[in-house]
Amino acid sequence: MENLKQILADALAAVAASDNEAGLDEVRVQYLGKKGALTSLLKQLGNVAPEDRPKFGQLVNEAKEQVQEKMTERKTALAAAALNAKLANETIDITLSGKGQEIGGLHPVTRTMERIENFFRGIGFDVASGPEIEDDYHNFEALNIPAHHPARAMQDTFYFNPNTVLRTHTSPVQVRTMENNQPPIRIICPGRVYRSDSDQTHTPMFHQVEGLLIDENISFADLKGILQQFLNVFFEDDLKVRFRPSYFPFTEPSIEVDIMRTNSKGEESWLEVLGCGMVHPKVLEMSGIDPEKYTGFAFGMGVERFAMLRYKVDDLRMFFENDLRFLTQFK
Amino acid sequence: MKFSENWLREWVNPAVTTDELVAQVTLAGLEVDDVETAAGVFTGVVVGEILTAEPHPNADKLQVCTVSDGTEQFQVVCGAPNARPGIKIPFAKIGAVLGGDFKIKKAKLRQVESFGMLCSASELEISDENDGILELAADAPVGADIREYLNLNDSIIDVDLTPNRADCLSIAGLAREVGVINKVDVTPVAIETQAVSIDDSFPIRVDATEGCPRYLGRVIRGVNVKAESPLWMVEKLRRSGIRSIDPIVDITNYVMIELGQPMHAFDLSNLTGSIVVRLAEDGEKILLLDGQEVALRSDTMVIADEQKALAIAGVMGGEHSGVNDQTQTIFLESAFFAPLALAGKARSYGLHTDSSHRFERGVDATLAAKAMERATQLILEIAGGEAGPVNEAVTEANLPKANQVTLRRQKLDQYLATSLDKDLVTDILSRLGLEMVEVTDEKWVTVAPSHRFDIEIEADLIEEVARIFGYDNLPSSMPTAAVNFTPASESKTPIQSLRATLVSQGYQEAVTYSFIDPVLSKQFFPAIDPVPLENPISGDMGVMRPSLLPGLVKVYLHNQNRQQSRVRIFETGSRFVGDVNNLDELDQKHQVAGLIAGSRYPEGWYHNNEKVDFYDLKAHVEALFDLNQGAKPEFERADETYLHPGRSAYVLVNGERVGVIGELHPQLAKQLGTNQAVYVFEVDLNTVLGAKLPEYQRVSKFPEVRRDLALLVDRTTPVNELEKVIAENAGEAFQKVAVFDVYQGQGIDESKKSVALGLTWQHPSHTLSDEEVNSAVEAVTGALAEKLGAVIRG
Repeated sequence: MENLKQILADALAAVAASDNEAGLDEVRVQYLGKKGALTSLLKQLGNVAPEDRPKFGQLVNEAKEQVQEKMTERKTALAAAALNAKLANETIDITLSGKGQEIGGLHPVTRTMERIENFFRGIGFDVASGPEIEDDYHNFEALNIPAHHPARAMQDTFYFNPNTVLRTHTSPVQVRTMENNQPPIRIICPGRVYRSDSDQTHTPMFHQVEGLLIDENISFADLKGILQQFLNVFFEDDLKVRFRPSYFPFTEPSIEVDIMRTNSKGEESWLEVLGCGMVHPKVLEMSGIDPEKYTGFAFGMGVERFAMLRYKVDDLRMFFENDLRFLTQFK
Repeated sequence: MKFSENWLREWVNPAVTTDELVAQVTLAGLEVDDVETAAGVFTGVVVGEILTAEPHPNADKLQVCTVSDGTEQFQVVCGAPNARPGIKIPFAKIGAVLGGDFKIKKAKLRQVESFGMLCSASELEISDENDGILELAADAPVGADIREYLNLNDSIIDVDLTPNRADCLSIAGLAREVGVINKVDVTPVAIETQAVSIDDSFPIRVDATEGCPRYLGRVIRGVNVKAESPLWMVEKLRRSGIRSIDPIVDITNYVMIELGQPMHAFDLSNLTGSIVVRLAEDGEKILLLDGQEVALRSDTMVIADEQKALAIAGVMGGEHSGVNDQTQTIFLESAFFAPLALAGKARSYGLHTDSSHRFERGVDATLAAKAMERATQLILEIAGGEAGPVNEAVTEANLPKANQVTLRRQKLDQYLATSLDKDLVTDILSRLGLEMVEVTDEKWVTVAPSHRFDIEIEADLIEEVARIFGYDNLPSSMPTAAVNFTPASESKTPIQSLRATLVSQGYQEAVTYSFIDPVLSKQFFPAIDPVPLENPISGDMGVMRPSLLPGLVKVYLHNQNRQQSRVRIFETGSRFVGDVNNLDELDQKHQVAGLIAGSRYPEGWYHNNEKVDFYDLKAHVEALFDLNQGAKPEFERADETYLHPGRSAYVLVNGERVGVIGELHPQLAKQLGTNQAVYVFEVDLNTVLGAKLPEYQRVSKFPEVRRDLALLVDRTTPVNELEKVIAENAGEAFQKVAVFDVYQGQGIDESKKSVALGLTWQHPSHTLSDEEVNSAVEAVTGALAEKLGAVIRG
């Protein structure tokens, strides 16, 4: 009996002392294996008095179970420690940058144009486009700007020949749409336009979004409503807006729209942002739309101007230098 | 147009401040660009008279003057060379404060005491002229405050008039408008018919009656061109932006600003026979007032005598026929030239004058006689002389007709979405000078006054009513048109997706000019004649781009030269190829183009800064086509002078070339100054944006089988030929092939390369047996060996 106690104590000590799976297995063989110390005790059962045998057998089996249990415990603990050690070893610097491409970005003009487009798409306008090299008829004549009209001097034009120009506005797209469709017409025409002017505040190419809405009973009030809404939405602000009489050959009445700006000193001033008006009856008529039945309004805005106001860009020419240090600011 | 507020207020004087006046006219459609004061801020300056002027004892350039202010005399040291006894000058007394808070105190100049200062025009900020002290008129009242005397408490208002409002290109016109806005009366300047004291006249013959329906002329004999224009006139002209020349020219300018009628004076002694208004002979020469000689075209109307052209009608006078310092007798012209006859003419000769500006936009056709009397009156007053009778050549039929225009109540209400009171509308139209022929509840039948020749149609009247009522006072609403959405087709990828795809690959969008340097264009595309602009802004923006690539390469260089060596940029837009004289055939296709250069990834710890290559770019291009299962591109070796011959390809869709991709030719790259390899692509945008509506295919439940093949083939054999042969021979269960290794070099024949491929099969309705797959592999290898001489390795 004493022997059993001693063997059990030795076995448990050996389990506790094992620090790896192989060592543990040795302990198992040493005590629980076929020739192991505890197994051997059972083989000595014959030497025990018959009345003590059940008791002795039970004690040995209990000892074996105890050792087995401790071994399992120890094994699990060792595995956990090994895993922890392995994981600790695999630790990385999570502050290093990720791998792969950096995201690029849209040009601020495109970004602005998409923003304008989204507003008008949302209220049911389609986006139309057309050629940039245009004939005189679509760029001027059809818009009530005959040859030598003083309004032609308002737009310095690039020519290819006397009859062919770089479009000075995207209005020819409106003309082409009217020629091919009857009202209701609701379109916006975004795109590049060209004027032969180059200085601090003019580039020979810039972008416009023009819009056209023709239907029965379209009024000046609709024009005011839509444009006021548009400006508020675009600038995310409840803007003070002023509608001022102006002149464009293709609209009558013609309007310029100013918004109130406040500078860093708190001084307020009006800034012109849009031109618009009710479509001139002659323009409707020339494109095959009955001005007695239909009315409509048209508007146009310079995308760069909106981009400058929105993103506080103070130099127009930056838009066309395409310096990455500028462009990447508009991600 | 610049004008003096005080001058305007002589005609109409509403009880509003300058700021209010400016806001009023701006909101009435006459946009004010700028307002400046007529003089600087100063006090204590009076009209002084120099009584004596002696040389300064201690300084060569100074004089010691005695100056009177009417009550006292002061000793003043003055440096102006024109200081002399007898002249009247602005005298800043002790205590005066000039611009910049400059206080006048008692001073000692080279030991001589000075009590005040004599002022130049620039010191009073009246003009920039600084050549000596300002000499006032001989009758200037000594002692009077100079501000009052020169009427300097005035603003110069610059109004930017739109081309339709030619009627406001005069004080008279502006006064009319201000009167209407403020509902106050306008007091026009009194113009009396001048007494005719001589019989002298000069015959007038108008041949060009369409361009010149009315021509008035008058002889005035014995004028003194050396007389001085009165200060009030010089000042008003100055504030209108016009320099004083001589009394006759000043008066014609003055009448033009005052009434809006451009006029011209000839020296009668230079005229031969008669005045002839005719079209020029082709090539006829004329030496203009500004000293340039021009060869005229036959579409240009001239004022001539019986020998030669004297002036371009309504534009500019000639050098030899105008008033000069010897002139004694003048022939004064006041005419109506039709806007259409003058439209564009000045510009076509590179000219633009106050006269052409007005005639092109339109001058009141009834104004000529009134202006003639006004100018005569001023000439007789200022330069003396005796006036002959006014001769008039008029072709009534060619004069503009008064427009009768009807405004319908229903149209007015519909346009403005409100119903304005009838009397209010009648009042607005009447105040604007429209004659009411008939006013009912349904309509206003009106006749526009002769100065409002721009009013032609109903919409013009609606504009007038809206404008005077105030755009801001009109209602605002959102339209209530029927909802009408056009379906967005799924057979087209939105361009936003394309941009987003490139952006997610690290591309930055660029926007470059559509015109490029013709030299650059030739460097890229020697065989293409780019579309030239007739009037480019500069030589290096002379032609329309036949491709987006030269512009992108320029952008690359701009950034490379600013230490930005890793570049990924793209642009979308039109290219222009073809004959600009045939617009229907001209190719203005939208393109998408991109450029990459530098390291594959942003500088980082996880890579060795490998540079991008052809295959990086190819993946980007393939991704664009793959968007929404668009067209499948194929690649075929390209032959373009601007691309590396071994590293470039055409992009084909359905056998048609739709783009290119490749490395910029090293030689061109070197010429342009790139310091590393640059890869570019450009593809037809509409092709890329093509999309396919997805259609579900049942997913097979049976396992995939994969077999790898290592082949030895000729180095020059393109891998896609292997792929094609495999696809054709691998049987119906074949799914795909992937190239997982390509090797050439040590261990294999120099003319060969090793290609490792992974083939995948999967059957929709059963598990493939080994036999099936083996026979498919045999079919493939057999075909590869037969068609491409491929040898199976190992």
